[in-house]
Amino acid sequence: MDTKVIKPEAEGRGDRTLKIVGTSPVRPDGVPKVTGLARYGADYALPGMLWGAILRSPHAHARIRSIDSSKASALPGVKAVITSADFPEQKYEFVGPERVAINFWHMTRNVMAREKVLYEGHALAAVAATSKIIAEAALRLIEVDYEVLPHVIDVDEAMQPGAPLLFEDMITRGIDPPPNEASNIAKRIEFSIGDLDAGFAAADEIVEMNFKTAPVHQGYIEPHACLARFDNKGQGEIWAASQGHFVVRAFTARLLDMNIGDVLVHPAEIGGGFGGKTVIYVEPLAAALSRKSGHPVKIMMSREDVFKATGPTSGASMTVRIGVKRDGKLVAADGVFKFQAGAFPGSPVMNATMCGFAPYNIPNVRSVGYDVVCNRPKSAAYRAPGSPISAYAVESVMDAVAAKIGMDPLQFRLVNACRTGTPTVWGPKHAHDGCAETLKALLAHPAYAAPLGRNQGRGVASGFWFNNGGESSATVHVNEDGTVVVATGSMDIGGSRASMAIMAAETLGIEYEDVRAIVADTASIGYTHVTGGSRVTYATGIAVVEACRKVITELCARAAMIWSVEKDQVSWEDGSARRAGAGKHEPLSLKAIAAKRALTGGPIGAEASVNAGGAAPGFASELCDVEVDTETGSVKILRFVVAQDVGRAIHRSYVEGQMEGGAVQGIGWALNEAYVYDDAGHLLNAGFLDYRIPVASDLPMIETVLVEVPNPNHPFGAKGAGEVNIVPVMAAVANAINNAIGRRMTELPMSPPKVLAAIHTAPGK
Amino acid sequence: MAKHHVSATLNGNDVEFLCETQQTLLEVLRDELHHTGTKEGCGTGDCGACSVTLDGRLVCSCLVLGVEARGKSIQTIEGMAEGTSLHPLQRKFLEHAALQCGVCTPGILIAARSLLERNPDPSEEEVRFWLAGNLCRCTGYNKIIEAVLDAAREMRGG
Ligand code: FES
Ligand code: FES
Repeated sequence: MDTKVIKPEAEGRGDRTLKIVGTSPVRPDGVPKVTGLARYGADYALPGMLWGAILRSPHAHARIRSIDSSKASALPGVKAVITSADFPEQKYEFVGPERVAINFWHMTRNVMAREKVLYEGHALAAVAATSKIIAEAALRLIEVDYEVLPHVIDVDEAMQPGAPLLFEDMITRGIDPPPNEASNIAKRIEFSIGDLDAGFAAADEIVEMNFKTAPVHQGYIEPHACLARFDNKGQGEIWAASQGHFVVRAFTARLLDMNIGDVLVHPAEIGGGFGGKTVIYVEPLAAALSRKSGHPVKIMMSREDVFKATGPTSGASMTVRIGVKRDGKLVAADGVFKFQAGAFPGSPVMNATMCGFAPYNIPNVRSVGYDVVCNRPKSAAYRAPGSPISAYAVESVMDAVAAKIGMDPLQFRLVNACRTGTPTVWGPKHAHDGCAETLKALLAHPAYAAPLGRNQGRGVASGFWFNNGGESSATVHVNEDGTVVVATGSMDIGGSRASMAIMAAETLGIEYEDVRAIVADTASIGYTHVTGGSRVTYATGIAVVEACRKVITELCARAAMIWSVEKDQVSWEDGSARRAGAGKHEPLSLKAIAAKRALTGGPIGAEASVNAGGAAPGFASELCDVEVDTETGSVKILRFVVAQDVGRAIHRSYVEGQMEGGAVQGIGWALNEAYVYDDAGHLLNAGFLDYRIPVASDLPMIETVLVEVPNPNHPFGAKGAGEVNIVPVMAAVANAINNAIGRRMTELPMSPPKVLAAIHTAPGK
Repeated sequence: MAKHHVSATLNGNDVEFLCETQQTLLEVLRDELHHTGTKEGCGTGDCGACSVTLDGRLVCSCLVLGVEARGKSIQTIEGMAEGTSLHPLQRKFLEHAALQCGVCTPGILIAARSLLERNPDPSEEEVRFWLAGNLCRCTGYNKIIEAVLDAAREMRGG
């Protein structure tokens, strides 16, 4: 498709000749994935394996008076039944950085309800039996005595005094002095810079709007599944599809009160995650059932379970106010973001408060967030968690402001775009460019000047995402024949084995085909954090390159030994050791040195473990053309362009794929997707028929513009590319609809009934 | 509970299996015949990950009972390559990077092969509508559509 690569002049690396980085070779794990032989979470089996099944709450909120599983246990074929009594109590404390803090007291209650069930679908018992059919039958024999309680789902209602409380003693964190009364507000956060009142006083125009968004699910096609084999001696193995097998290991060990080293997690292929598989659900249950029964246990969630019991992202209620000078300079911005956390604290509202205004240079900003529990599954990360939600509000208001002062919406953003040195609301200054470059790319794109027809409209929006670094490990081993194996601890969710092989081949100066990249299990490589936050190409990539450099040093030492010269006489170039100066020695290739390894000291390999700082954020600016059917209210996406700063594309096609996929997920979020509840708090659309994600016939070809402003902290300039593409989408679609019909859509999804209702409302209302 | 004894062919080979009345063809393929290439994305006929052909007809194997396969010819992803040579669709999916996680891929390949058997020269729109029952959450479909069109071109000899 129409893909452009823009390399800003300031690149500084243009002279460097990269042979493989930036191309699109076939992935190392490709053939098994097109022949059906790749093994995903549900594809593992062991001799004597039992099937696990999970009993889930039919109520949105209820106290568990008692659970009687005696009849289930007595059913022939049932080998174990577990409840929360099989898991030790956890200490109530928040651990880890605030943005992603974890509380194991909550986590153990989420995987297995204790005192109360907090959402429809909440797990409260599980059985293991010799067949799926028997396991399901056993669930029906478990007797639970519930005291049904009033429930609350909407975030504004959950914040009201007198709302049903999920935790009767939860006091809001982040308010000084702390409130006296318990509430559903788990946390309040506030960031500010400058003087907000003075900023608004200086504004020529001010626009304020309110917004609501619905919870949406990540919608990965593979339901959660795992196989566990644990013994009563306190050791075990898990085969699971996750975004981080080290995290599965750590969390499962913690919930089962085991040593981390006694749990071995094998990385199954993962069928999509988008953040939703950075947490655990079935793994500790399968492990506990296996430990109790003495047999391997497999658990597969149904699609209904996935919708009802795994993390959607938050629904939100937001107010955004922006003040501007007539010349287009932003002077003040204020945002209040209230997020549904679901049944336990931990919505991505902090990200939302940080990312919302981040693309712009605004001297006076306040950004306030509320993390609010409600009777819905606990939210889990979803692609740039939090940022798309606040961007929907901020970028809609930005559009309205531009219209009010009569400025082109892209020029307006460009005038205010952040650059290196622009302050952020959370403190540090931006350390990288990229925002303005994506805006310029869109301004120059032919789509921006293309004519529109009747009932058609064009919208633009921008977005920011932190991207991430962190802990990663990699090993590089030279095989006997001079080919190379690269192993990392990063689950490969979208082609990262190909990127790792590219970076290794480029660094070593060998052919891509001579490098095999794999994902190692938790016992075979050092700790590696989740595949999430757009961190793998950056952080794990740095580990791979470092390991390659160590291997190069060793290869040079071996060559020096072969040549009987000092090590510093040897350098590595184009895949061969070369002797400085005199040309009397032919270069020694990697293959030649590998052949002599036994004589020069034995196998050649290296491991590198990093805690990578210096990740550069991602920016994206996007354009959407829509056509609105004014009779039905349905919205057709005619054209969609994603301009994203990716630093440097390592595997070009997979970077494009991230941008195309992110845009389409955002289109689903914008137009169709939402959790729909009845009055009793039951989810009415827990399936792909009624929770409609975009299908091929809904869409045009998504157009991508890869903007490359390299990150100097990465050997090849890579920035994370996976997430920021979803951030601007909903606002771009909303702005396009406004352009088409003159109505601001302030509630997601912008489904036909809502669009139709807006059409029938007077403009400006 | 007496199980049913069923004979069929799977990718051209004779197979026999025992199954419960309520077991779906998808469960039989995966759990009894250990052909796990066919995936379960929903179990309700809404995602297409479980697509197979039954006597040449494209079906969601999660909506077919195991016993219904009696005497029929089942084709799954495991039978798509001929020996070591990949079907053009499989090759084009790799070349175009038409898979990210790959869990939708077996179903989409089977569905796309069915399309090209009926219509060797489909338009982009025809591909999009034929594949509208196969959900992919990763790719946004661009590269899938491109791969199918490219494979069709190659298979037509053009
Ligand atoms: S698993 Fe059969 S259609 Fe989804
Ligand atoms: S490649 Fe992941 S669902 Fe299609």
